Amino acid sequence: MLRIGVDVGGTNTDAVVMDGNSLLSTIKTATTEDVTSGIRNAMAGAIAAAGVKPRSIRHVMIGTTHFTNAVVERKHLTRVAAIRLGLPAAACLPPMVDWPPDLRAAVGNHRYMLRGGYEYDGRVLSELDVAGLDDVAAEIAAEGIGVASITSIFGPINDAMEIAARDRLLQRLPHLRIVLSSEIGRIGLLERESAAILNATLLDLADLTVTAFGRAVADSGLTCGFSITQNDGTLMGEDKVRRFPVLTFASGPTNSMRGAAFLTGLKHAVVVDIGGTTSDVGMLVKGFPRQTSTTVDIGGVRTNFRMPDVFAVGLGGGSLVSADGASIGPQSVGYRITSEGLVFGGSTLTATDIAVASGKAAIGDATKVAAIPAAVWQRALAAMQTSLSRAVERCRTSAETVPVIAVGGGSILMPDRLGDLPVTQPDHFEVANAVGAAIAQISGEVDRVFSLARLSREAALAAAEAEARASAIAAGARPDSIEVIEREDIPLAYLPGNATRVRVRVVGDLETA
Amino acid sequence: MISRELTEADLHCLEIGAAILGTGGGGNPYLSKLRALEVMRAGHSIRLVSLDELPDDAKVVPLGGIGAPVVGVERIREGREGLRALWALERHLGFAADAIACEEIGGANSMEPLIIAAQAGLPVVDGDGMGRAFPEMQMTTYSIYGHKSTPSAMSDPHGNVVIFEHAVSELWHERMARATMVSQGGSSALALAPMSGAFTRQFAVPGSYSRAIALGAAVITARSQHLDPIAAISEREGGRLMFAGKIVDVRREIDGGFVRGEVEIEGHDAFAGSSGNIHLQNEYLIFRRDGVIEVIVPDLIVVLNADDGLALSTDMLRFGQRICILALPAHELLRTARALEVIGPRGFGFPELPFSTLEDVDTAASAD
Repeated sequence: MLRIGVDVGGTNTDAVVMDGNSLLSTIKTATTEDVTSGIRNAMAGAIAAAGVKPRSIRHVMIGTTHFTNAVVERKHLTRVAAIRLGLPAAACLPPMVDWPPDLRAAVGNHRYMLRGGYEYDGRVLSELDVAGLDDVAAEIAAEGIGVASITSIFGPINDAMEIAARDRLLQRLPHLRIVLSSEIGRIGLLERESAAILNATLLDLADLTVTAFGRAVADSGLTCGFSITQNDGTLMGEDKVRRFPVLTFASGPTNSMRGAAFLTGLKHAVVVDIGGTTSDVGMLVKGFPRQTSTTVDIGGVRTNFRMPDVFAVGLGGGSLVSADGASIGPQSVGYRITSEGLVFGGSTLTATDIAVASGKAAIGDATKVAAIPAAVWQRALAAMQTSLSRAVERCRTSAETVPVIAVGGGSILMPDRLGDLPVTQPDHFEVANAVGAAIAQISGEVDRVFSLARLSREAALAAAEAEARASAIAAGARPDSIEVIEREDIPLAYLPGNATRVRVRVVGDLETA
Repeated sequence: MISRELTEADLHCLEIGAAILGTGGGGNPYLSKLRALEVMRAGHSIRLVSLDELPDDAKVVPLGGIGAPVVGVERIREGREGLRALWALERHLGFAADAIACEEIGGANSMEPLIIAAQAGLPVVDGDGMGRAFPEMQMTTYSIYGHKSTPSAMSDPHGNVVIFEHAVSELWHERMARATMVSQGGSSALALAPMSGAFTRQFAVPGSYSRAIALGAAVITARSQHLDPIAAISEREGGRLMFAGKIVDVRREIDGGFVRGEVEIEGHDAFAGSSGNIHLQNEYLIFRRDGVIEVIVPDLIVVLNADDGLALSTDMLRFGQRICILALPAHELLRTARALEVIGPRGFGFPELPFSTLEDVDTAASAD
């Protein structure tokens, strides 16, 4: 299937054209102010280089940091009515209590706490405060707020009260757009609530962005549909992105790791993505990034999304090197490397200069670094080796030898071996993100509590798998390509009826007509 | 009583210091720090009073949270559970508290007494009942040295309050309190029978808050000056770096509500060629180097992330992490024969292992 993968980053917009498993063309362009013209340029360039007709492209897969950047830069955010159900519990910590004040102000600081919610064992914590909801509806109308988030205590165990509250609000305010926390996150009230509020504040931007992406695809003469990649490396259709923009937050590192897996053919490996200032290190398991189990900070807000477990170290192509070579980073000249690095005629000793001086890389003017004593660049190479080795060691999950894959623009810094681990640098390493987008699949997930009083464990797992498959097929997966990539069941203590939480995730290839 | 008022910066330091003194357990102090900050911003002042300031006849109420961590992060406290428990106890016994005492400085329970005391307009004693974290209520110096912690009062977010009139032993009190906590939804606050000022001066581990705050401050300062936070901690606490290396195996299992497990570490740098092992039961209890015990409970075993000096709790340990293991001496109150019956190796199911202090292990090593 002929398709285009696009990666829209803060600095570059890259595109690749792929047919099945072969890469026909790659291009790197600058990200434009309006974003969409950059996407158009990149797609046009990649299509021309591949020598194919635009109409023969069957699908476009886009990876974007647009929504993450909006939160980080506090731009394009809309006001949200943040509603929590759970009083009297949690009264002491209102919604957004641990947010940076400027972000709280950007989303309007409209917070409402009402009675409602559940106990850990499914008992009702408080009956839903319907009259209170009606008051909130009146205030939302008076304030002219267009989006709301609803978070109930223990909502992930039982979402009935969040749904009831949504239905009540919609009776009064049919056009209000509402995000439920149970659709977004896991146990951990503040983190899940914050994620739901962030999602709500991005809904308007999601509409604009999806519409603009659609226009860019159509304007490029393509007649196919497009999808956007999410945190787990699989695709979301337009409608899902409009509802859950927050699920794109970590798609950047995910795409680079998935791209690295594809470019090398490796499914178990450590991926090191070396940029200008930092290196992101993560572990691939069965071709997908291992996910984190702890909280993740986005724009100063703690959330508990399932995100790739990526460890960042302050080492990149622009990292500053001390005169004796003994220490490197975390300070960096960043994107100014092409004017400030020695090999580019600047006056700052950077990690890139060390790579050139040692003969590992041929960039810029090597004569500018000829005077660096061998002892200095050897010491600096050793320091880089140590720093990367430590990061890779952190990510390894077992003592068994795994290969290391180096991608990203700064990966010229990578030594041939890290400790006992072999290092590979694939062709096209500089567009790994766009490749990751182009190979993205469709997923289906079920994460639900089953009662094993009447159902056997095997029957519950089978039921969950069937449900996950059905949801993947509904999202556009080809049925015969679906495989299970995660399956776990966790017995829940103290719950009646032998309750067990079952989580099954499946992925399959995109079905194209 | 002369008291010292805590600042927001002190609370940030306390969060770090309390996690270090948690020796792997005690719960994450983050949410309770947020609550303390909110109470402070609402105009309440958090005041510490040193043990020396307590009059003999002062009435000091030990107070803290009791519950399951997974409930604590989802059904967050209403905020005045502890205050209701304190008031109910005062009414029941017909007294007025003069100060609040902390039971456990390690982990989340370091913050709880500060929050309640600020709301009640009372000072908090600069001391605690553990000098670290332990899993159960009867493991405080207060209980060990004869304080009878009933009558006590327990409250939940709904406003339910239970009085425990009498327990025949501290262990029975612990069992009944835990059962009631479960029925209240898995997270409650508990105020214990008051102690006299004289008893508190004698049997509280002194200076716990100042110590935890100073520890946190040392880490923050070292980090901002790009110095080694691990050296800063050892220096402050008279501690010793016992081991540095990489985790090569972590095994954990749930057993009767407790997390038990073993951590294997491969030595690096000065410890290359050696292997380390930590036995954990909610907290880190025993550290062995090449099979020989070097630190054992109640002395403190602190596991720090080698990169940033942050304390790692037992649930944060992972294969491949580079860690440093520090040993800090337990307070003398925790090292007496009477204390060791409850919180020494015997109290955790190792009657065959003698307790030898860090200092003894040092002496034995230098005699070799």
